[in-house]
Amino acid sequence: MLTVEEVKKIAALAKIKLTAQEEERHAKTISAVLEYMEILNEVNTDNVEPTFEVNELKNIWREDKIKKCDYGADLVEQFPQKYAGMLVVPGVFDNE
Amino acid sequence: MKELNKLTIKEAYEGLRKKEFTSVELTMACLAQIKKKNKETNAFITVCEDKALAEAKLADEMIQNDKATVLTGIPFSVKDSIVTRGVRSTAAAKILDSYSPSFEATVVEKIRKAGGVLIGKTNCDSFGHGASNENSMYGAVKNPFDLSKVSGGSSGGSAVSVADHMCFFSIAEDTGGSIRQPASFCGVFGLRPTYGRNSRFGIMPMASSLDVVGPMARTAQDLAIVLSFMAGKDEKDPTTVLSVVDDYEKIVENKIKKDLIVGVPKEYFEIEGIDKEIKENILAQVEKLKKEGIKIVEVSLPHTKYAMAVYYIIVPSEDSSNMARLDGIRYGVRDKKAKNLDETYSLSKSSGFHEEVKRRILIGTYALSAGYYDAYYKKAQKVRTLIKKDFEKVFEKVDLIITPTSPFPAFSLNEKQDDPMQMYLADVMLSPAAVAGYPALSVPTGFTKSGLPIGTQLIGNKLEEGLLMQVGKKITN
Repeated sequence: MLTVEEVKKIAALAKIKLTAQEEERHAKTISAVLEYMEILNEVNTDNVEPTFEVNELKNIWREDKIKKCDYGADLVEQFPQKYAGMLVVPGVFDNE
Repeated sequence: MKELNKLTIKEAYEGLRKKEFTSVELTMACLAQIKKKNKETNAFITVCEDKALAEAKLADEMIQNDKATVLTGIPFSVKDSIVTRGVRSTAAAKILDSYSPSFEATVVEKIRKAGGVLIGKTNCDSFGHGASNENSMYGAVKNPFDLSKVSGGSSGGSAVSVADHMCFFSIAEDTGGSIRQPASFCGVFGLRPTYGRNSRFGIMPMASSLDVVGPMARTAQDLAIVLSFMAGKDEKDPTTVLSVVDDYEKIVENKIKKDLIVGVPKEYFEIEGIDKEIKENILAQVEKLKKEGIKIVEVSLPHTKYAMAVYYIIVPSEDSSNMARLDGIRYGVRDKKAKNLDETYSLSKSSGFHEEVKRRILIGTYALSAGYYDAYYKKAQKVRTLIKKDFEKVFEKVDLIITPTSPFPAFSLNEKQDDPMQMYLADVMLSPAAVAGYPALSVPTGFTKSGLPIGTQLIGNKLEEGLLMQVGKKITN
């Protein structure tokens, strides 16, 4: 059902690099999963509303105000690459 | 006297209060057990020996100063996909190999504030993606009852840490069975609370409309004690529903009410491939309740067989969005081979994620893409409504439902690993309650002839965790 070409396309959308072997394995295993999903077509869902949240909560708002963050320094500590307390990110174009 | 690490929470509390032993001694007993057994089972990814002993010392001071709660000085473990401030939290994924969180999950904070001693972080399937704990990038977790079998998953390390007396209880996470299934494979209690009962702040999200955090313990009473500390509303998690928390410990001690009605859903006992010994064991529990004078009725949840398909559409869909935050930019491991920003994303993900995590991101990306959204995601959410209605209808007639937790006992390592679809089907009895948002408990109710634990699942109406544990106490072996 799902071809290697389609796997390549989805992987590119999700920004995951796969090896040729992985592409083939995912095509095979995901096809089996999608095939199993067809069981849902047996169910008549005309006039049935979807359930996105089981307790039927809707948007919950809070006041948009600035709060003090007591762990800013710890967050900076976690940066994979930093310079003078700032996050270093790779360039959009090749780094030289 | 029992060995210190084998006591119940209440026994340990009494001993601490009467100064028969100290929290440092309790903690050392657990650490010694971890040293002895972790090589075999691989239950822990990180053991915090020094930190735990320092916390135990503080707990002893709390007890000395009469500031203790029932959890003060009690060693516990936390699933590695739950963040712990200053303690490495990898979620069993290499992309977070170096991650030391700057904040603490609310449930962990509550237990540590009560004096609980964090002994270590337990192994799991990467980000909770699995049902055997074989999808960990830190090695599979083995079953202490038979080392050639899986522990179950995704919270396998948590189940083993409790079953093998490495700690007193564990805090774990259940999306579609990740607490209950390993609990049943390892012979401990595992509770999936009602969606919204406990704060999920600091739980690494997988499928946000299904994820819950719950306790695992060796007795119903221990479980009740731990839940009473975890539960409640949290402003950091707007999906928490209620600030009032039942006195679970008292409910568990109380007698079961005379007019209780228990439902036996026929669909669960007709599932293909259900193990004969499991079926007999669960039906024996039904008999046990009948002898107590409890009314048993057959009920029907007609959409049970669709729950797996619903689950495995919703999960990867929500998963693929949640996993997008892990890109090697702000925290975690950034692949050094990357030459530019785009490669930083793709290489960090490709080396940092387990195959199963990638599979779910791919399925989710596909199911949510234009043209497929209605056919997969929306269709699944509509069938979800029907599954939920099944439960609503049944709970008009009965107080709780009794089923097996898993159709089979712990299976062999590598048995299902090559076939994701077979692995997914391990959740067949667990996903319906999760999809509908109901609480469910796995109770240890005996062993197969070959010595593997069997779990009975009790599913209750919303916020009826107390009743589940009360009945669980009655039927446990």
